[in-house]
Amino acid sequence: MTVTSNSALSFNFAPVPGAAGRAPAAELSLRMSLAKVNFFYGSKQTLFDINLGIAAGRITSLIGPSGCGKSTLLRTLNRMYETLSHARLTGEILLDGANILAQDVTQLRRRVGMVFQRPNPFPKSIFENVAYGPRINGTSKDLSEIVEASLRRAALWDEVKNHLHKSAYELSGGQQQRLCIARALAVEPEVLLLDEPCSALDPISTAKIEELLVQLKETCTIVIVTHNMQQAARVSDFTAFLLNGALVEFSPTPQLFTTPADPRTEAYITGRFG
Amino acid sequence: MVTPSTNARRAGPATGSRSFLSRLRDGDEVARLLTLLFAAAVVLITVAIVYQLWADSALSRHKFGWKFFFSSVWDPVFDQFGALPFIYGTLVTSAVGLCLAVPLGLGAAIFLSELAPPKVSDTLTFFIDLLAAVPSVIYGLLGVFLLVPLMRENIQPFLKAALGFLPLFSGPAYGLGFLTAGIVLAVMILPFIISVSREVLLSVPREQREAALALGSTRWESAWKVVVPFARTGIFGSIFLALARALGETMAVTMVIGNTPKIAASLFAPGYSIAAVIANEFTEATGDLYLHALIELGLVLFLLTFILNGLARLLILLTERRGAEVRA
Repeated sequence: MTVTSNSALSFNFAPVPGAAGRAPAAELSLRMSLAKVNFFYGSKQTLFDINLGIAAGRITSLIGPSGCGKSTLLRTLNRMYETLSHARLTGEILLDGANILAQDVTQLRRRVGMVFQRPNPFPKSIFENVAYGPRINGTSKDLSEIVEASLRRAALWDEVKNHLHKSAYELSGGQQQRLCIARALAVEPEVLLLDEPCSALDPISTAKIEELLVQLKETCTIVIVTHNMQQAARVSDFTAFLLNGALVEFSPTPQLFTTPADPRTEAYITGRFG
Repeated sequence: MVTPSTNARRAGPATGSRSFLSRLRDGDEVARLLTLLFAAAVVLITVAIVYQLWADSALSRHKFGWKFFFSSVWDPVFDQFGALPFIYGTLVTSAVGLCLAVPLGLGAAIFLSELAPPKVSDTLTFFIDLLAAVPSVIYGLLGVFLLVPLMRENIQPFLKAALGFLPLFSGPAYGLGFLTAGIVLAVMILPFIISVSREVLLSVPREQREAALALGSTRWESAWKVVVPFARTGIFGSIFLALARALGETMAVTMVIGNTPKIAASLFAPGYSIAAVIANEFTEATGDLYLHALIELGLVLFLLTFILNGLARLLILLTERRGAEVRA
């Protein structure tokens, strides 16, 4: 299942049988797939011919040195790059077989949630933060039930259940990040994107979030960008290594970290650059 | 004036470890004393103004006492002076100005910061800042020659026909009056509201917008439900900056308000404002009592600004607390 960035077939890995060191292929299906994705910022190209499949119910991590395009790649999956003027994308990105570039962007983002590098709760109460998404989506369900369920899924409920109406800013950084995860989960996304979610957190908070991600993959497909290779090795099922905007290697995580196929991957994971 | 406060806290001076002289040599102490002097100057000037207004209004204060605030007689011939019509005129014109300028200004600021392409936004902001620099006498002239005839012949008859059942829009259409002065004020304070609110909205962290968009908000939902509430304190600041300007605006108001010290329920009626009466009558105030009454009006205007700004700060504090502990 090792692929190089130029293989047009690489994203289509689901039916490939018998890859070593992972769950039987029959269980895997693709939630999202990217084909020949190129990204331009102004006249500068920052992603080159990316082909990639995101397995449903698994954690896929994107690693690579700073500026390799891993965050940009993540932001193509919910079209968050569109907030930048001069940004342009070519290629095809499918979510459950439908091209996301042709869909209504607000609908897409309800299905593909996102958590950011720094915790960014709204200056509202804990309750209102989680309720924001369901509110704007005009949910008919009971808001307090959604809020409780989302906070439970984000493993934050027990810590905040007695002060849901306090400002979110009174929480610690790690709690704020889990609140942001709860806020994203409240919209019940099929895919959750995380952009270096632990880079601003201490080791204990980081461990909690990693544990949480592993629990979440039962109900949600997860894509995580991380600059921390140990984190990718600990939590993810698949790892993509990017360098200078190109996908160098994409393999099941144990394979990428033990027997990388590309010498550049090996150089990066053994710490020779990056 | 309520502006976004810059409470940069000074690191406490490292007393004990170093002598005053060595700190003086380093320049730290010089900078501290110098800036302290500047800061103290602001307070001193304020105190000096209040003292001067207080001292020079002694005759009027002694003669009329609290009655000055509640009397609506203004008769220099018989030395009878009351501030009520002027207070009323100042408050009504400022209120009309704010009612018109706040929604317009906030809307424009949201467009410029959230929706417009950066080039359009920067160009428009340049023109808006230019608008803020137009001298008020120009606005007064435009008011007299363009707005007053328009009000008299088109707008006021129309309002009367549509909303004439309200006392606010009844009575003869003179053209000059509270409504016209309020509209001129609205145009004058609009650039302040737009310019400051836009800056405040632009300073809202990008992460807040992205968080809203990532949850499936439209750009409008992100702007109205996340960015504006985040910037609320600064937006209030811009509004009260504008209010302070409206309360004290002299020239343009004098030219269009009608200069009649009367209280009327109708916005079409001519009135008078504190700043306008001081400007108009100061040179012709022959008697000492007359002069002192005008200076006391100045004191009233100062107090009015002071009280309204106090209320504004209170409002900001209250909304901040509510923002922190909102109920579902």
